[in-house]
Amino acid sequence: MHAPILLIQEYGMQGFQNGPFLFLLGGLVGVFVISQSVFFLVKATARSRELGIGREIVRKTILSSAIFSVLPSVSILLGLITLSYALGLPLPWIRLSVLGAVTYELPAATAAMQTLGASITEPVTDTQVFSAVAWVMTLGCIAPLFIIPLFLKKIQSGVLSIQKKDNRWGQIFMSALFIGMISAFLGMGISGGILPIMVLLSSALLMGICAVLITVCKWTWLENFALPVSMLGAMALAVWYAQILPPGMLPAGF
Amino acid sequence: MLSALAVMVAVPVAISIRFGAWPGFMPVFRGLLAVAPVYWTVTAIEVLTYAPMLGSGGTYLAFVTGNITNLKAPAAISAMQTASVKPGTEEGEILSTIAIAVTSIVTTLILASGVLLFSFLAPVLQNPVLLPAFKMILPALFGALGVVFIARNWKISVAPLVAMIILFICVPALATAVSILVPVSALIAIAGARILYNRGLV
Repeated sequence: MHAPILLIQEYGMQGFQNGPFLFLLGGLVGVFVISQSVFFLVKATARSRELGIGREIVRKTILSSAIFSVLPSVSILLGLITLSYALGLPLPWIRLSVLGAVTYELPAATAAMQTLGASITEPVTDTQVFSAVAWVMTLGCIAPLFIIPLFLKKIQSGVLSIQKKDNRWGQIFMSALFIGMISAFLGMGISGGILPIMVLLSSALLMGICAVLITVCKWTWLENFALPVSMLGAMALAVWYAQILPPGMLPAGF
Repeated sequence: MLSALAVMVAVPVAISIRFGAWPGFMPVFRGLLAVAPVYWTVTAIEVLTYAPMLGSGGTYLAFVTGNITNLKAPAAISAMQTASVKPGTEEGEILSTIAIAVTSIVTTLILASGVLLFSFLAPVLQNPVLLPAFKMILPALFGALGVVFIARNWKISVAPLVAMIILFICVPALATAVSILVPVSALIAIAGARILYNRGLV
């Protein structure tokens, strides 16, 4: 753990958000996740023997799941790198290890920073803002830890009848929620001038190209990478756009 | 479940204690207002959707470790399909729990490896030439996300999208208050969707 910290200090990321204390927290969270996973793996494997599920089936499940996980995990790592500019390395690492997803963590961090007059586009320098971001990121996605123990049994017994009753509206409702959130952020992007509009459209276009490659060219491996590829591609284009656009058309701070 | 809850809450508590920086109720509440109503509702619907498929152990582990839609659920479904086991049975629950546990371990190890190697990327990310890239994170994220959801549900998207675009064009200063406008936009989307649904248009 010392080597990366020293290198980070060498390159000027020596702020509190990359301090050893937070790396220690990240390590502890990682150990917790692996411990829980190993516990469930051992319990489930033991139960599989009691049920007479063949060892070969269990072995194949473990192997195929491990291989299956590699590419999506790398795409999660890309999300971590994206968040690290503003929040340092350990906090996104922690958040994406437990109950996390970049599609939630980024809006949560943005909202928390806005309320304290900070911006996700700059490295956090205020411990108060950093603390608020950590709280919002955590509390915003904590719901399953209450919903599952309180309602899992009821859900399991009642969900089939609910789905049969009006499964279509349930799907539409969830889509509408996401679209509502996305619309607000799209509107915000448009209000920032020509550069964010160009980046927004570029990201959408790259996602469209990914969709064509997945559906028409059958590049199914791209499914797990379409979002990070589009996002990072549009961010790369932002660098180019900033160089070719007249300075007067760029947002303040460029 | 209690241990997961304790670990999660311990992180911001430890940060607040270590840096002597307690953010206070209002900043956290206002930040949560932007995301929690949407994500808590979505989470409740996700639990409803995935719990019968993944079983008790799989559901718990998948939700504690996150990345359900893009990683845990597909891994569990793939494992059950490969073994010709049906979801909802005890055999299905066992295999989905094994698959989710393995994916959690692999993801955690890959993230930890990425963190160890990250320092080599630091000088690149600190380069001023890359500044516009990091300043444009949100348009880059929501452009890609938006096109997917809008393409799939364009009829539902019209009302909130038009409302938000008009609002932000007329009052650009609202960009600093997007946290308040997210639930407003979500309500517009839900109300519009319900009208379309009742009329049989979606």
